[in-house]
This record gives sequence, structure tokens and C-alpha cells, in this order.
Amino acid sequence: MVKEKKAKTRKKVSYAKWGYIFLIPFFATYTIFSLIPLISTFYNSLFENYRSGLTQIGPNFVGLQNYISIFQSDLLKYFGNTMILWIIGFVPQIIVSLILAVWFADFRMRLKGSTFFKTIIYMPNVIMAASFAMLIFALFSDDGPMNNLLIKAGLSDGPIRFLATVWGTRGLIGLMNFMMWFGNTTILLMAAIMGVDASLFEAASIDGAKSFQIFTKVTMPIIRPIFIYVLVTSMIGGLQMFDVPQVLTNAKGTPDRTSMTLIMFLNNHLYSKNYGMAGALSVILFFITAVLSMFVFIMLTSSGNKKGGRN
Amino acid sequence: MKKKVVSGLLCAVMVASLTAGCGAKNTQTQETTKGSATAETTSKGAEAQKEEPGKEGKVVNIYVWNDEFKARYEDYYASKLPAGYTVNFVTTPSENNAYQNALDEALLNQADAKADDKVDMFLVEADYILKYVNSDSTLDLKEVGITEQDMSKQFDYTKVIAQDTKGAQKGISWQGCPGLYIYRRSIAKEVLGTDDPAEVQKAINDWDTFDKTAAKMKDKGFYMVSGFDDSYRTFSNNVSGPWVNGDKVVIDPKIEKWIEQTKNYTDKGYNQKTVLWAAEWASGQGPDSKVFGYFMPAWGVDFVMAKNSLAKAVADGGKQEVGNGTFGDWAATTGPESYNWGGTWLCAASGTDNADIVADIMKTICTDDATMKKIVEEKNDFANNKTVMQALAKSDYKSQFLGGQNPLQMFYDAAEKIDMSKISPYDQGLNESIQTAMHDYFNGTVDKDTAMKNFYTSIKEKYPELKTE
Repeated sequence: MVKEKKAKTRKKVSYAKWGYIFLIPFFATYTIFSLIPLISTFYNSLFENYRSGLTQIGPNFVGLQNYISIFQSDLLKYFGNTMILWIIGFVPQIIVSLILAVWFADFRMRLKGSTFFKTIIYMPNVIMAASFAMLIFALFSDDGPMNNLLIKAGLSDGPIRFLATVWGTRGLIGLMNFMMWFGNTTILLMAAIMGVDASLFEAASIDGAKSFQIFTKVTMPIIRPIFIYVLVTSMIGGLQMFDVPQVLTNAKGTPDRTSMTLIMFLNNHLYSKNYGMAGALSVILFFITAVLSMFVFIMLTSSGNKKGGRN
Repeated sequence: MKKKVVSGLLCAVMVASLTAGCGAKNTQTQETTKGSATAETTSKGAEAQKEEPGKEGKVVNIYVWNDEFKARYEDYYASKLPAGYTVNFVTTPSENNAYQNALDEALLNQADAKADDKVDMFLVEADYILKYVNSDSTLDLKEVGITEQDMSKQFDYTKVIAQDTKGAQKGISWQGCPGLYIYRRSIAKEVLGTDDPAEVQKAINDWDTFDKTAAKMKDKGFYMVSGFDDSYRTFSNNVSGPWVNGDKVVIDPKIEKWIEQTKNYTDKGYNQKTVLWAAEWASGQGPDSKVFGYFMPAWGVDFVMAKNSLAKAVADGGKQEVGNGTFGDWAATTGPESYNWGGTWLCAASGTDNADIVADIMKTICTDDATMKKIVEEKNDFANNKTVMQALAKSDYKSQFLGGQNPLQMFYDAAEKIDMSKISPYDQGLNESIQTAMHDYFNGTVDKDTAMKNFYTSIKEKYPELKTE
């Protein structure tokens, strides 16, 4: 009797198979366009394979030699550069975006022309990163308008050589990434905040919560999933930072290779058609990205659960 | 449990696809940066092909890295081009080996390319000419019909450099690139009391006097050279051995000397801390400049300085004439050391379908006395033709840009002294890398050892086959 009942319930649940069927197209495209290239990248990373002048060298199987030489090179330095460049851009970006998102979504403030501002702050993202970097390069060059302005305003005696200093260059890269991405983040966060039930805010303010308390105790916990999404995507984007520093420093990562990101390093190898080394680096990059993303994801979701449980 | 597995899988997939997606984006950006300047010409090429469908081999593809040869072609050959043919210039800027990479790609695909897409002729610089000369991608010029007789008036070094190990002539050049020191007359008068090239030469006859004059310039508020890379070629062209010995990179004492001198000049304020070809470097040749002089070969005077000297650019309606900016306020003198900088050689690509036209272009621009004389007279270039140059050196030829001076004898003497036996196929990459790496040292960002380490790192990336220590 009992067994029969169980069998019946199972049959009913089998509607779930449609879910899997609808997932097939995704997994199929994923396999063809992502998984297979991923595996072939790993395969290629085991070979010595580059071009010396017009002569092709390899492919010769060398095992993990490429990985060894990459770890012997300045991989950690470039990883550090990448993270620093990302953080300089991301910290101001997330702060400004949160403030703007809260303001735009606040009914009581009734900001006028918010659509206009939303469009404006999104604008820098529409410009191609390369042109944007060229623009900044021209603006901040030794003889550029920024320096002329500073000298004429009496703020500086001679030209400030922004791009010859480590923090000048890194700062400009951070500034560009900030300007390009804060609009996008604002819109994402605003959508999240708009989705919060307005009565929660009202209830909180009736209970006497100040706006900062409302933000930390009501808004943030509710928008956490979107916040995690923003954080993870931005981090992955940051790890793959390329076009802005590439164009700004003319592919050299100057000064002292302190603005050389991981992908620029990868690009250097691809430039000499060194597929073995480039492949090895890509695989390493994949693992770094996966581990970091998992770390952030697990950290934020698990702490959320605990809190939810306690309250 | 199942749910967890599926969601976990989805997460992994999301991360992976993001990585993969962006990976693809990079290559794209790389392509765009690489080919940014190419876009225009290639699209032109595509249009040209559309115009004449069906007809084969009517497009002559010439690979170049700037407009210099294009201008020579337009002025001295375009009218002779047989009807029905089009010449398509494929331009890729040379920095960071981009031109070589683009060219290699095209040459390796030469066999499979359609007739209209085949590389017919390409240009190479001294810094990497050996790579192509010693490959199968270049034709022996005898095969296209250019004889030793045709080239008999050329300077020897321009011929020797373009011969492969068996002595086959694989390239030909219309110019000689002996370098001189080109200085501002007005500044010379103010600081040295004379603008006469012979007198100024005494003040910069060797590096010691050069240093002393630099100090004088500094006292009066002028800069002896524009920036870090200006004197580089005077050292790198006088090295005692090639950059690469076997597969090992060797730092020549002359290169060390350049590093030492430039660091010294930078610390003492003898230069303006500019980087070669940068906007600040170029504006140092224009009005309101405080830079005394530049080390430049003939092409640099004509192709670079004459343009940069103008207060009102040609595009804005200005003219290359005395009184417009610093045009005419310059003079040439030998300087502390004779050297060669650059030079462009024309090579016929293996598998070309337009060999006749290629040969005719080469003959006209590189061997025809009348054409070469015109190039010197009209463009102030230094032609690779001893007969023409000797005649012109003794004539009343005057360079308007150099304030009426006839610098050809000086160029001629320097050209006779040029020794190009110390080049290696890797020169472009190595020259660029050491300059970039040392800029940090000159700027004071890093010490010399770190800069050297960065140089080695960079060449390891460019040329994985080279050994550094």
C-alpha cells in the first residue's frame, strides 16, 4: 500500500522533466561555445607553441612547463595590480551608486528630472573604452589641457606628470572605470530598491528609524541578492580589465609594469603568438575567477542565512 | 539535493561563460587596437574589389606602417600606373611589433589568398629587415628584373643589409638615412653667439663638449635634447656587436652609455622628459619651443620636423615656408657621432601576382636618376644614389627648412661611414623594450636593476626563444 502511494506521487512530480528539457538549449550552447573552447584552451596550454619570426615553433608537448614558467614570472604582481585597479574604481563606484540609487528611489525626496540624470550618468558607459582612454590620455598628458588649467590657476608650478607616476596612472584608470560603470550599477541597485515594499520604509520611519538606519537595517538586507550580483559581476569584470589600461599606457603597463593587468599580460603572450603560455595563463585566470566568485558568493549568502535565522 | 546540484552547476556555468565571453571580447579589442589605422585602407581595398568583380590580379597590395612611401608613390609613380590597376595601401602602425605581426599573418596566408588579396610588395625597416630577407617570403630582385647594374649607384650599406646569407638581393631602398644633429639657429645665436654650422659643430664635436654645451643651454633656459630617446640611435647604431648573440641578449657598452647619459641629463634638467613621437616631443620642434636640437636623419627633417615646425599647419591653410613657426630657423651639423636611423626597404613578396608593376615601382623610385633628383629637390629626402647626391651636394641646392643651408655633403659623408653589420632581426622589439623600460628609471620611478629586469621580462614576452641571462 505504502509503496504504491509513493509511486503515484513520483509520477505526479515528473512534470519537473519539462524544466530539464527547457534547460537543454542553454547547456547545448554552453557546451559548444564555452565548454569545448575551455577544454581546448587547457589542452593547448600543455604545448610549446609560438612563432619566431616567420617560423612556427612547435607545437611540442611540454607538460606543465608553461604553468611553471608563468608562476616563475610576475604573475602575482599582475594579479595584485589588477585587484588594486579594480578596488580603486569599485569602492567609489559602489558608494556613489548606493547613494544615488537611494535618492532616486526615495519617494519623499521627489527628485525632479530623475530620468534625465539616469540617462546622463549612464552616458560614459556608451562611449567605447578605448576612445575614453585616449581622451583621458590627451587631457592628462604633460602638455595637456588639465596641466594648462592647473598651471594657469596657480595650483601647480610646472606640469604634473600624471602618467609617469604609479598612483597617477592607477588613479586615472580607477577614475575611468568608476565613471564608466557607476551609472550601470546605480540603475541595477535602483531597480532593486524600487522592488522593496514601500510600507516597510514607512513602518521603519514610524518606529523612529533615521534614514541611515533605514538604509542599513531595511534596504541593504532586502537588496542583498542584487548587491551580490553587482559585486560578483564587477569583480569578474575587474579581473578581466584590459582596454582602459591597455590604451592609456600604450600596451606597456607603465610605469614599472604597475598598471599591467592579467589580461594585458595574456595579450602580450598572444602578441608573439605564444599560444602555449597564453593558454596556461587563461586557465589560471579561470581558476582565480571561479575561486574568488565562489568565495564572495558563499560568504555573502551564508551570513545572510544566519541573520535571517536569528531574527 | 538535485536542486542544489543543478543550481551549483548553473553557478559554475555562469562564472565560466562570463570568463569565456570576456575572453573573446579581449581578442576583439586587441584586433581593433591593432588594426585601428588599417580600417580605412582595408575598407578602401574592399570597395576597390567590389568595383571590379571577376577581374583578377588588378589590385596591388602594399603593406606599410605610415604615409611616407605612400606620398612618394603618389607624387612619383601614381601617374605611370597602367590603367585598370589599383594600388591598395594596407597601413598598420609599427609600434609594439604590430606591423610585423600583421605582415607575418598576411605572408603566411599568401598561398591561400585570392589574387586581389595577395601581398605584392611590403616595406621593412632596418630594425627587422633581416627577418624577412632571410625568409622565403621575399623574392630575389633578379627574378623580378632588377639587376646589379640598376643598383650600382646605391650606397653599399643599403644593398648589403638587404642581402640574404647567400648574397641574393632581397630588398631595395630609395633613401639613405645618415643622421645629423639638427639645431635651432636662433637659440644657437643666443647661447653660442653664432648659428654657423661649422662653429656650432665645434661646440658639440664629441660627447664631452656636447655635455658642456648642454649645461650652457640649461643656464639660458633651453633644453639640449627633447627627451629620453633622442640620442638613442647615436649610441645604438655604433655598438660593437649585435643585440643578440646566438640566442642570448647582450647589453652593449654603448647602450649602457646611453642609459648613463640620459639619466644624467634628466636629473640635471638638460631635457624635457619627453618620449619619442609623443605630442610634447613633436611640439618641441614647433613655435614656443625651448629645445635646441634633435638627432635626425634626412627623412626626419622632411617627414617629421618640417611638419611639426609650423605655427599654422598645412591642414589649416598654412604653408611650409620661412616665417611660419620655426620653419627655416634650423640648421644641420654632424654632431658628436655619425649614425644611421631607420630607412625603408621595398621587398617583393613571394607569390605576388603583379611582379611587373612591383618591379616598375622599385625601378622608378629607387634607381631612376631623374625621379630621385626630384625627390631630393622637392621633398628634401636623401636619395640612395651616389651620382645624384654628389652632383646635388656641389650644386646650389638649398633646403628652405634649414635656412638655405645645403646639408647634402654632410649627409653624404655620414652615409659613407655607415656600418650596418651589427643588426639583428630582433632590433625593433629590443630597442622599443629597452627604451620603455628605461623611461621608468629616468623618471625616478624605479632603480636601474628593476628597469633592467622589466626589460628582460618584456623581451621574454616578445621573443620567447631569446635567453636573457
